[in-house]
Amino acid sequence: MGEVRGRSHTSHLPSPTCSFRESLQTTGPTLKIAVCIKRVPDMDVRFKIAPSGKAVDETGLKFDISDFDGYAVEAALQIKEKANAGEVAVISLGGDVVQETLRKAMSMGVDRAVQLKHDGAPVDSYAIATALAAELKDGGYDLIMFGRMSIDTAHGAVGAMVAELLGLPCVTAISKLEFEGTTAKMRRELEGAYELVECPLPAVVTIDEGIARPRYPSLKGIMAAKKKPLETKPAQLPEQRLALDAMALPAERSAGRIIGEGPAVVPELVRLLKEEAKVL
Amino acid sequence: MSANVLAFAESRSGDLRRAALEAVTAARTIADASGGEVHAVLFGAPGVGKHAAALGAHGADKVLVVEHAGFTHNNPEAVAGTIAARMGSGYRAFVCAASATGKDIAPRVAAKLKVPVASDLIAFEVKGAAIVATHPGYTGKVLQTLSLTATPAVLSVRPGAFLPKENAKAGASEALAPAGDPAASRVKVTETAAGNAAKLDLGEAPVIISGGRGLKEAGNFKLVEDLAAAFGNAAVGATRAVTDDGWRPHADQIGQTGRLVSPDLYVACGISGAIQHLAGMRTSKTIVAINKDKEAPIFKVADYGIVGDALEILPVLTEAVKKAKASG
Ligand SMILES: Cc1cc2nc3c(=O)[nH]c(=O)nc-3n(C[C@H](O)[C@H](O)[C@H](O)COP(=O)(O)OP(=O)(O)OC[C@H]3O[C@@H](n4cnc5c(N)ncnc54)[C@H](O)[C@@H]3O)c2cc1C
Ligand SMILES: Nc1ncnc2c1ncn2[C@@H]1O[C@H](COP(=O)(O)O)[C@@H](O)[C@H]1O
Repeated sequence: MGEVRGRSHTSHLPSPTCSFRESLQTTGPTLKIAVCIKRVPDMDVRFKIAPSGKAVDETGLKFDISDFDGYAVEAALQIKEKANAGEVAVISLGGDVVQETLRKAMSMGVDRAVQLKHDGAPVDSYAIATALAAELKDGGYDLIMFGRMSIDTAHGAVGAMVAELLGLPCVTAISKLEFEGTTAKMRRELEGAYELVECPLPAVVTIDEGIARPRYPSLKGIMAAKKKPLETKPAQLPEQRLALDAMALPAERSAGRIIGEGPAVVPELVRLLKEEAKVL
Repeated sequence: MSANVLAFAESRSGDLRRAALEAVTAARTIADASGGEVHAVLFGAPGVGKHAAALGAHGADKVLVVEHAGFTHNNPEAVAGTIAARMGSGYRAFVCAASATGKDIAPRVAAKLKVPVASDLIAFEVKGAAIVATHPGYTGKVLQTLSLTATPAVLSVRPGAFLPKENAKAGASEALAPAGDPAASRVKVTETAAGNAAKLDLGEAPVIISGGRGLKEAGNFKLVEDLAAAFGNAAVGATRAVTDDGWRPHADQIGQTGRLVSPDLYVACGISGAIQHLAGMRTSKTIVAINKDKEAPIFKVADYGIVGDALEILPVLTEAVKKAKASG
């Protein structure tokens, strides 16, 4: 690799382009892992606001595991495969539609699933974290994984809050994870820098992109998932003190303008940047 | 409950970050609306207290300095524990920037105080007992209006949304003892690898020159760097296609799963304009696109588009910018 700015390569951890699989150098520990996953719409669309003014119009939307949660599921499966032992459970809080999301995770290889049933779309991260923590508390998990943030409500809060509620150490937005005995060794990306972090297990981690690309379920996986246990329990949500009052689409940018072709238009561009946009 | 606001004065390796000044500026708006003071809390190794003056100049009435060798690297457990303990003495709100560090601290503090957090806000106002805030969700495609009725309110503000404003206040510093022993934290940061000191951070640069797969190979990023150097106040960004291929570090990625930026000028070179990329840069004030395909979606958001070969156009543009800069 050529010049890579803003990052030294003296560390024992591999560069962020390596896959998670490569970054686990030793045979991993046997862990009981829980991954909290959220069902979100596919973002690759132009959203419309529902008549209530408080939600997106779900007509025609496709739903899947929130992006970072998918990376977390994949990372958890790789840890289990590496040890050839252990267990991966997924938990989702939501209406019955989340059962489809939980089955998808099981078709990727997850062993079992729990739905914390709640209709409606809570936005209060503390309330969500409280309900998840109640379920996780006595689960005997060595590692509890979250996405760095959910891609729809995007507060990036639930993982660290669950850790606080359970009194567990927490490292957020990690892009690398390996183990030395019962110590987790991680890397977090900062703006133009990174940190190497360690903490003892049991622990909570939230997963950034780059750690592992989620696999596609195989046909065999899809068949197997139908027989795996999916438990449904009511979610215990406390009172919510963060409410969603309204949703709106951001103002559209004015339509783009092509000013011309080839290097000959550069002087015109520079004039516009100077006189019209005033950025030069 | 007092009307005072606690702002997180983020530092890294002893340097004060712009995020600190943005947090103070945002905190000031709440304090002014409720007639309170802004207290900035600054953590670091002994010596970090020297930044109190800068915080005062931007609107901190008081700077709480927590100096301890255990804060040489970020120490999220001890930082959050100390902030939560201090908040217990009565504050209206805690405000930090939604930087990598701020987003790590805010939910820890909120959970300790048993309140939710409203993250990554681009605007807010105090309405009686509530704080009503604008929060971008759905990869920036939807703006949500949130009302936060919990007190204290825990907020993080999107980098760039609250520009640091000079607003001289006393800024007198006061030592604050860490709550508990910082050396006893279970989470240990063993190394902070600083970026190249000369490199402007993507979140802070007024100009961003970004390259995509259309640049053909890693070596051609030299052309992008040359243009950034000609501007002098520019950082270099990239698409995921490029960071995946290892042409650029992951930290340079702009988009849904990378950095969210809103510079004054964003120049997209050989970038198709996939929605995941647009999600990270569509709020830039002025967008220039150079792409050889006139149907490329990037042209739909570009204020100024040039159809053509970026490898040919970039050197000409670099020379023209140098000239324009030289002539003032
Ligand atoms: C879940 C998910 C998350 C993602 N997150 C991100 C993200 O955060 N950021 C991101 O950027 N992408 C992200 N992507 C990827 C995104 O969908 C696109 O694949 C990516 O942005 C494309 O990068 P590109 O524009 O460099 O490459 P391409 O799409 O291959 O475009 C290259 C462009 O260069 C033009 N070109 C070719 N040669 C020249 C030349 N000589 N001169 C000028 N122009 C030329 C071509 O016309 C083309 O438009 C994500 C995708 C997914 C599925
Ligand atoms: N309803 C939910 N069910 C399960 N996990 C969730 C839910 N909401 C959030 N999470 C988890 O918490 C992470 C952070 O979410 P957020 O704080 O909303 O950005 C997500 O990536 C998920 O791992």
